[in-house]
Amino acid sequence: MKVHVDRQRCQGHSRCYDLAPELFDVDDLGNGFELGDGTVPAGLEDKAALAQANCPEHAIEIRES
Amino acid sequence: MTDSKVTDWATDFDHTDPAWVQDPYPIWDDLRSRCPVAHTDRYGGAWLPVTHRGVAAVAYDTEHFTSRSVVVSNVKPGPEDLPAPIGLAPPITSDPPFHSLARRLLLPAFSPRAIAALEPMTRDLCRELLDATGGRSEIDAAVDYAQHIPLKVIVGMLGFPQEDADIFRRFIHMVLESVDMPAEARIEQVERGEIVDYLEEQIADHQAHPRDDLTSFLIAAELDGTRLAPEMVRGTVLLLMIAGIDTTWSAIGSALWHLGLHPGDRKRLSAEPELLPSAVEEFLRAYAPVTMARMVAQDFELEGRSLREGDWLLLPFPSANRDPSVFPEPDRVILDRADNRHAAFGLGIHRCLGSNLARMELRVALGEWLARYPDFEVSDPSAVTWSAGQVRGPRSIPVRIAS
Repeated sequence: MKVHVDRQRCQGHSRCYDLAPELFDVDDLGNGFELGDGTVPAGLEDKAALAQANCPEHAIEIRES
Repeated sequence: MTDSKVTDWATDFDHTDPAWVQDPYPIWDDLRSRCPVAHTDRYGGAWLPVTHRGVAAVAYDTEHFTSRSVVVSNVKPGPEDLPAPIGLAPPITSDPPFHSLARRLLLPAFSPRAIAALEPMTRDLCRELLDATGGRSEIDAAVDYAQHIPLKVIVGMLGFPQEDADIFRRFIHMVLESVDMPAEARIEQVERGEIVDYLEEQIADHQAHPRDDLTSFLIAAELDGTRLAPEMVRGTVLLLMIAGIDTTWSAIGSALWHLGLHPGDRKRLSAEPELLPSAVEEFLRAYAPVTMARMVAQDFELEGRSLREGDWLLLPFPSANRDPSVFPEPDRVILDRADNRHAAFGLGIHRCLGSNLARMELRVALGEWLARYPDFEVSDPSAVTWSAGQVRGPRSIPVRIAS
């Protein structure tokens, strides 16, 4: 599983970083991005889903790889 | 209230009517089912979408809707005094492309890491306020607690005198609640009067004595190699003062009001403080304080209604957050609601700049209150009073503390 933040949609609500700091970080402007290549380590799938379900801008994509 | 009571909310709504101020949710529920975009001739003509879809459509459309005035009042800017794309209080009153420049300037000061650094000071402040209530069995959760927290934090960030708190509260009331006064009087009060004098005095003091705060930062900041115009410094300081204070004070107050009326939620949150982050989001959803506004920039069809250039439009994020097509059981507060894409901080490019600050203040304020007073109740629900206008929150919450 991989996560990806669509930078066009992200408006810096920081929900992903608050809920799953193992998977996401924010830049100096507060915009979110996935850590590394976005691969979700085993056991963190629920956190990835939670981050997606709380992004007001629908900016988080989850791909089953 | 302008002149008369509202009898039909679909054709004559007024967000300062006592019925809306007391409890707007039944009004929005009714409109969602029969007239999802309501209209009023008051304030020179205004629209009100109440569904999540309608609110989002406007929030994302910066072509047909301008932010040049975000408080609906009897002062309606005309084509002659168009302040866009900068506006009176950038970046909230700015449109693209200037908007992102003004916003980028401020974003680093409100990033999650910058805000985390303010948490210890905020926690100390909450504890001091609670210490001051010690020994009393009757407390006002709004007057004695909620209202002071964001005010002191913002005054500190701006580097203004802490003893000016009462002046700030009066200015906020003038800008946000006195929207029904005649246009001339409102312009005099908000755009030319003592607010401007006060801000200029503070800015002059910072020019003479620069220090490490947001006001000095704005004075020294440059956009495209040029210092900000004095009106822009003043407008941005005004925005931070107005937007950063009674909004969060309202959110903290609404959450304490809810907990003081719902012992089940209060006991659960006291026993499981690890639920605080999700509970904060749920309080923000259920009791979102802020209704924004736009003006129609170009004629637009919204859900079958014909909006004309120059019309006002209220953007009730609190109503979007209660839309049952997006949030199951929208009127129930579920402290651990898992799917919560609420719009309390807006949607799109104008997402509340201070959302990280507001969330931190809410989490700390509720956590400290519950640690000190796990057992309390609203002593007289009928004595609770609510603010009028586009920011909604309790202004008085008498509570009884169990001994």
